[in-house]
Amino acid sequence: MAIAQIEGTASAWQLHVARGPSDAVLLRLSGRWTLDARLPLAGAVLDDAQSDGRFSRMAFDAGGVEAWDSGLVIFLRAIAAEAQRRGLDADLSPLPEGIRRLLALAAAVPERKDTSAGARRPFFLARVGTSTLDGVREARALLAFLGEAFLSVVRLVGGKARFQRSELLLTLQQVGAQALPIVSLISFLVGIILAYVGALQLRQFGAQVYVADLVGIAMTREMGAMMAAIIMAGRTGAAFAAQLGTMQVNEEIDALQTLGIPAMEFLVLPRMLALALMMPLLGVYADLLGILGGAVVGLGTLDLGAAEYYYRTINAIGIDDFVAGVMKASVFGVLVAIAGCLRGMQCGRSSAAVGAAATSAVVTGIVLIIVSDAMLTVVFDLIGL
Amino acid sequence: MSSVKIEVRDLDMMYGTRVIQKNLNFTVNAGDVFVIMGGSGCGKSTLLRHMIGLIEPARGDVYYDGRSFWDAEPSGRAAQLRRLGVLYQSGALWSSMTLAENVALPLGEYTDLAAAEIRDVVALKLALVGLAGFEDFYPAEISGGMRKRAALARAMALDPDVLFFDEPSAGLDPISSRLLDDLIHELRDSLGATIIVVTHELPSIFAIGTNSVFLDAETKTMIAGGDPKTLLRECRDPKVHRFLTRGEEN
Ligand SMILES: Nc1ncnc2c1ncn2[C@@H]1O[C@H](COP(=O)(O)OP(=O)(O)OP(=O)(O)O)[C@@H](O)[C@H]1O
Ligand SMILES: [Mg+2]
Repeated sequence: MAIAQIEGTASAWQLHVARGPSDAVLLRLSGRWTLDARLPLAGAVLDDAQSDGRFSRMAFDAGGVEAWDSGLVIFLRAIAAEAQRRGLDADLSPLPEGIRRLLALAAAVPERKDTSAGARRPFFLARVGTSTLDGVREARALLAFLGEAFLSVVRLVGGKARFQRSELLLTLQQVGAQALPIVSLISFLVGIILAYVGALQLRQFGAQVYVADLVGIAMTREMGAMMAAIIMAGRTGAAFAAQLGTMQVNEEIDALQTLGIPAMEFLVLPRMLALALMMPLLGVYADLLGILGGAVVGLGTLDLGAAEYYYRTINAIGIDDFVAGVMKASVFGVLVAIAGCLRGMQCGRSSAAVGAAATSAVVTGIVLIIVSDAMLTVVFDLIGL
Repeated sequence: MSSVKIEVRDLDMMYGTRVIQKNLNFTVNAGDVFVIMGGSGCGKSTLLRHMIGLIEPARGDVYYDGRSFWDAEPSGRAAQLRRLGVLYQSGALWSSMTLAENVALPLGEYTDLAAAEIRDVVALKLALVGLAGFEDFYPAEISGGMRKRAALARAMALDPDVLFFDEPSAGLDPISSRLLDDLIHELRDSLGATIIVVTHELPSIFAIGTNSVFLDAETKTMIAGGDPKTLLRECRDPKVHRFLTRGEEN
C-alpha cells in the first residue's frame, strides 16, 4: 500500500514510500541518486512516511537505482541518523554491497567528543570569563618573558651569557647596514612631507624660514626615532618572530632546551642586543636624512639659502633634543626586539601559526612603540629634557 | 645487564584540561630497545616529551637510574638531561648552523675539548652516520634522510646513555628506513646505550624492539607491554593484536 511518491526534478530520481511487511515502512529508491540531482531531505521523507500512522522499522529497496554517488550515501546516512533520533529501527542490509561498505566505513570512525565540544559557542558570561583569563595568562607570559630577558641581560653583563658571536654579528648586519636603504627612503620622504605641511602654514605669516627649525626639531626629537622604529617593527620584528616561530615548528627550540641551553640567551639575547645597539644609530641616521629632505624643499621651493637653512637648523636643535631622540630610539629598539622574540617563542606548531606570530609581532611592536613614545614624551617634559 | 634504567611511575599527561593519557607505569631496562606504540594521536610524542623534560607531568614522575627527574633541583635535572640524546620527529637541526656546527654545539657547551679535538669528534660522528664530507653543508642543502642522520649524529654527540627517537623512519624510503634500523641496532650494541623509539613501522618494531608499551587513545592509558614478538603471539587484547597484524582479524 503506497503512502507517498516523491520525485526529483525532471524525474531524475523517484522515491516510493509504502507500507511493508508487518509494521515496517519500505523506501523504494529508483533512478539517478547523484549529488547534482537535488536529493530529498531526510527529515521531510520521514515526515511523509510517518504521516500515515507509526512504524517501528524501516526497510530499503535500492534495486531500481541506475546510478549513485556520495549523494546517495549522504542521504542514507542522514535517513539512518534521523530514524535513530525518532526511535525507528533502520535495516540497511538489503542495500547494494558498495553502499553498505561506505556506510560502515563512515560509521566506523567515532566522533571524538572531546574535540567537537570546543566548537559549540559558549554562553556570554563564559566567554567574558575565558577572555579575562586569557588576558591574565597573556600578561603573565609577558612578565615572565621580560623577567627572563632581564636575567639574561644580567648574565651578559656578568660575562656568563651563552650565545654565538657569529649569530650576533650576523644579526647586527641584518638589522643595521641592510636596513639603511629603506630607512633612507622613508625618512627622506618624511622630511619632505614635514617641510611641505609646515611651509603651507608658515607662509601665511611670512615665516617660512622657520621650516628649518620645524623639520630639525621634529625629526631629532620625534620622527627620526619613530620612523626608524616602525620600519624595524615591520622589517625586523616580523623576521624575528618568523625565525623563532619556524624554529619552534621544527622542534629546534626543543632541541636546545633538552640540551639545557636556554633559548632566551641563545636566541633572544643576541637579537635584543643587536636591535638595542643599532636602533639609536638608525635613529640618528634617519634624523639626518629627514633634515636633508626638509632642506630640499626649503631650498627648492621656499627660496631659502643653503647657508641660512644650515644655520637655522643647527641653532634650532639643542643637545637635549638629540639626547631625547636617541634615548627614545634605544627604548624602541628593545621593545621591537621583545615583541618579535616574544611572539616567535609563543608560536604554535604549524605554518599558519608562524604567519600569525609575524603579524602579531608587527602589531605588538607598533603598539608598544606608540604607547612608550607617549609615556616618554610626558616623562621628558616633566624632567625638562 | 637488565638493571632498571628508566622508570615511569603513575604518569598523567594533560594539555590544559584535556587528558591525553593517565596512570602510565612501566620500566625500561638498560640496553633495551624500548618501543612506544599506539594509534595516531594517542599521545606517543607527548609521552616522549614528558620523558625528555619538555613538558611537566600533571601527576607522577620519571626516574632515571632511580633518581626522580621532575622532583630534582634544576642543576640535577640539567645533569640528567646531559645523558640523553634526542632525535626529533622533524630532525630539528638548527637551520642557521652547518652540520659540523650542529654537532659541535653540545660538545662546546658541555666539554672542555679544544677546537681541534671537537673537530675530530664531529668528523667521527658524521662518519658514523655516513655523512663524512658534509661538515660544511647547511640543513637546507641536504635531503630529508640525510637530515635525519645528521640529527642522529648530533643526538650522539655527547655519547648519551639513553637515546630517544620520535618516528625515526617517518618520511624515509624503505631502504633508508631499514638502514636507519640497522644503525640504531649497531649503536645500541657498540655504545651500550638504552634506546627508546616511537614508531608505527611494524617491521622496525619486530626487528629492533626488545620491550614496549602500547598506548590506547580510547581508554587513555596503556593496555599492553613487553617484548613485541611475545605480544604478537600471546596478547589477547584485540586492539593490540589488530595493530601488530596490520588490522587482520585472528
Ligand atoms: N601542543 C598541544 N596542545 C594541545 N593538544 C595537543 C598538543 N600536542 C598534541 N596534542 C594532542 O594530544 C594528543 C596526542 O598527540 P601526540 O602528538 O602525542 O600523538 P602521537 O601519538 O604522537 O600521534 P602520531 O602518531 O600521529 O604522531 C592528540 O590528540 C593531540 O591533539
Ligand atoms: Mg607523534
